[in-house]
Amino acid sequence: MLEDIGNLFHGFAVVAQPYNLVLMVVGIVLGVIVGVLPGLGGANGIAILLPLTFSMSPTSAIIMLSCIYWGALFGGAITSILFNIPGEPWSVATTFDGYPMAQKGKAGEALTAAFTSSFVGALFAVIVITLVAPLVASFALEFGPPEIFSVYFLAFCSFVGLSKEPPFKTIASMMLGFGLGAVGLDQMTGQLRLTFGFESLLNGFDFLIAVIGLFGIGEILLTMEEGLSFRGKTAKLNMKVVLNTWAELPRYWMLSLRSCLIGCWMGISPAGATPASFMSYGIAKRISKRGRFFGTGEIEGVVAPETAAHAAGTSALLPMISLGVPGSPTAAVLLGGLLIWGLQPGPLLFTEQKDFVWGLIASMYMGNIVGLIIVLTCVPMFAAILRIPFSVIAPVILVFCAIGAYTVHNNTFDVVMMVVFGIAGYLMKKTNYPLAPMVLAIVLGDKAEESFRQSLLGSQGSFSVFWSTGLVSAIMTLGLIALFWPIIQNTWVKIFGSAGEPRPAE
Amino acid sequence: MTHNVEEAAGSGPSHRGMEIGVAVLMAVIAIIGVIGSLQVGIGWAAEGPRAGFFPFYISVIVLISCAVNIVTTLRHADDGATFATWGQLAKVMQVLVPTSIYAVVVPYIGIYVASALLIALFMRWFGRYNWLIVAAVAVGLPIVTFVTFEIWFLVPLPKGPLEAALGF
Amino acid sequence: MSVANKVLTIGTAAIASGAIALSAAPAKAWEPSHPIEIIVPAGTGGGADQMARAVQGIITKHNLSKQSVVVINKSGGAGGEGFLDVKNSKGNDHKLIITLSNLFTTPMATGIPFNWKDLTPVAMMALDEFILWVNAGKPYKTAKDYVDDIKSKPDNTFKMGGTGSKQEDQIITVALEKATGKKMTYIPYKGGGAVAVQLVGNHIDSSVNNPIEAVAHWRAGKLRPLCVFDDKKLDYHDKIAGDLAWDSIPTCKSAGLNVEYLMLRGFFAPPGISNDAVAYYVDLMKKVRETPEWKKLMSDGAFNQSFMTGDEYVKWVAAAEKTHEELMRSAGFLAKTN
Repeated sequence: MLEDIGNLFHGFAVVAQPYNLVLMVVGIVLGVIVGVLPGLGGANGIAILLPLTFSMSPTSAIIMLSCIYWGALFGGAITSILFNIPGEPWSVATTFDGYPMAQKGKAGEALTAAFTSSFVGALFAVIVITLVAPLVASFALEFGPPEIFSVYFLAFCSFVGLSKEPPFKTIASMMLGFGLGAVGLDQMTGQLRLTFGFESLLNGFDFLIAVIGLFGIGEILLTMEEGLSFRGKTAKLNMKVVLNTWAELPRYWMLSLRSCLIGCWMGISPAGATPASFMSYGIAKRISKRGRFFGTGEIEGVVAPETAAHAAGTSALLPMISLGVPGSPTAAVLLGGLLIWGLQPGPLLFTEQKDFVWGLIASMYMGNIVGLIIVLTCVPMFAAILRIPFSVIAPVILVFCAIGAYTVHNNTFDVVMMVVFGIAGYLMKKTNYPLAPMVLAIVLGDKAEESFRQSLLGSQGSFSVFWSTGLVSAIMTLGLIALFWPIIQNTWVKIFGSAGEPRPAE
Repeated sequence: MTHNVEEAAGSGPSHRGMEIGVAVLMAVIAIIGVIGSLQVGIGWAAEGPRAGFFPFYISVIVLISCAVNIVTTLRHADDGATFATWGQLAKVMQVLVPTSIYAVVVPYIGIYVASALLIALFMRWFGRYNWLIVAAVAVGLPIVTFVTFEIWFLVPLPKGPLEAALGF
Repeated sequence: MSVANKVLTIGTAAIASGAIALSAAPAKAWEPSHPIEIIVPAGTGGGADQMARAVQGIITKHNLSKQSVVVINKSGGAGGEGFLDVKNSKGNDHKLIITLSNLFTTPMATGIPFNWKDLTPVAMMALDEFILWVNAGKPYKTAKDYVDDIKSKPDNTFKMGGTGSKQEDQIITVALEKATGKKMTYIPYKGGGAVAVQLVGNHIDSSVNNPIEAVAHWRAGKLRPLCVFDDKKLDYHDKIAGDLAWDSIPTCKSAGLNVEYLMLRGFFAPPGISNDAVAYYVDLMKKVRETPEWKKLMSDGAFNQSFMTGDEYVKWVAAAEKTHEELMRSAGFLAKTN
């Protein structure tokens, strides 16, 4: 333990070399650009910039690349909040309240809350990594297909269940999402399904295209219908908004802590950041006193998913380092980098490449701090984007949406699909179909199906596999509790009286 | 989610009609899903559930939900609410039609030229900016995008005859 | 058409279509005029992707080409999307595709309209080996111990993990089933790294991971290699786990398992490109192979460093296709439409 702390300080010394500091700042700035620009995103960004780092030492290279990663994570929140266009799957939940906040003229608050929460989540996860790395790696080994399925099950259950929309519309929307997610190659049998011989459908419907269309394009159509303006024009443009928001944030410490824990757990188990963000949002909505206002621009609705997503994104690096299994596409590319630099990810990396590992961990601390400072100082600038008149910004958003949709698979057919999803998003929003369950289903549907079928393969078709070990039973039970939470809560209130004084509305 | 039905003056398609329309559209997609699932097999094979097992039941659930939604809509008396006024829909079309054309022509003329045209159209048509500003933004932005994506990040985007003529 | 006949036709067709030949005089050479795209018919982070990005990095670092190299993943439909893209880019001499076994298996299993003969072969960079791995906690010391145990238990007792469905890992599994006479439960995962970890976590009984995917766990004492699916031992002598090196692993044949499988890692180009362009790429790849980074990658992954171009390459691919067709047919993996 003591030795580890010594190693960490040694890591800081490595990171603090001026050359590495410069790389760090360059990495963060590049990362934010990559995160904001549609279609680049963390994985792409790192993949593209990876060759640039081959001439550096592995430690310097990983510092720069991980800083690109942090920057991209920060950057992803910006488009979600300002334009309702999430660049990464785990930013989807951020749009639910972040975008309404921006529309109400609180873009600065939303951005500050998002950045700060990301920072808190990432920091928490780094501390966890520093303290319990070896322990955590062995925990990840417990996750076979049934356990992974149970985690997805829990994520679905904690997100679905309560919604203002008519239940059958929610079901239709979600199932349609599953259906769209199923198009393309069936991983389990290697068979093409629902493609009807169209080459363009080989890929299936990527979440990003669906989301860009449903949220981004759909929103522009709605805005158009309601008259030519973004309603968030009056965003405050000075640094005071950052400080004011900071004064408010400590109030949500409990929410943050819970989101951190959810995020770390989901990041270490190989489920990753996306279910973490949805789950954290769903649970926050249930537990918060202002839960019924979620979706209309609640700051808690930004804090919860951002904290969890970043705690998960950061802790996902741990299985990568110690097991060689990437927790996210971005981590997968970083992993490729490790191999090219001649480092072998695996249990021995910690003992054989101390400089590298602790340099990486130290750069997580430093990179997040530097990143937070950089993005916070830019908050007024980002918020000012909303002041650009609609007739200029709308086509620019459309163009960026198209670039984003294209780069997912380098396929122009996806641009057409994006417009189709845009129309669908507009129609569904107008007729009260919730979009979030659909997106959740597209994102997690095929993964959930895959682990479900892997489990049944292993058990020769017996469903008892989902209750076979303590771990999987516990998670499945949690899932069921989450699903029936409203009923449980009502019963509780009936028997034991009110669950506490509601906090006065602001 | 807000509904601006009350402030929408003028006539338009009824909200009820659109509800049913959307539900029917979903049902059609679900039926396609059922057919596609049947093609690849919905039963159990040696390797567990076949490829169509999940999509089939999912499509069936969508069908049932759509039926319930249609029945619910029909049982409520028509309150005369409009989905949107014709004027509003015309505005939506003003964005939708150029965007659809844009999406279709991208593979042929490249994303950069198409984007320049789209931006110019919006700025001139809705914003009524003077041609100089329109030209500056409409040409400038694609060039900046080109430099960023093609040259810095080496991400090739769809290019058309113009780029080919310039040697890219 | 008989198989022999077919191979012959393939060979001639490829030669006729002007595939390569080192003899093509490299005098006034063709040069790329804009960035070269390398298509990866698989997701980011996999073996093919890593190799493509390594090639990209090596070319950039050593300044082997005047133009930059861009790597693009087109993984849809088990890579079918990438193959179709290259097939449809007739005459585009700034595009390459790196292949893995899905060059054969994807069209056979899914019925998409593609065959390697639609492409211009450039060069084989290496062959990837497959090794039978078990958890080090299990009592099996040799492949024979494991096979004997499989034989003594009922069908489907043992779970084999692998990457993808109806692809190389499952083909090897089916071959193993034939050799042992017992069925195994094959569980497909998305990536080789995940399979190795599932094996460490004892969620499966064995895997046929490539060396590079499992080596870290071997060194950490979590996994044990039983045998290699090649006709000779691996040619790497550096100690990896204790006293063991790659060349300590016996061949599966010597352990009584008559199964052999190697996976192609090679480059192809779109149809209809000039001989000069092919010669340029062959030369480029030769330079890549000379670099220390490439040699390091090869020894890390215990690759079989065969390098082939021209006719030799075409013949190898044609033979490999035949093998795959036989394996896929006997396993019942061919698409119904075929």
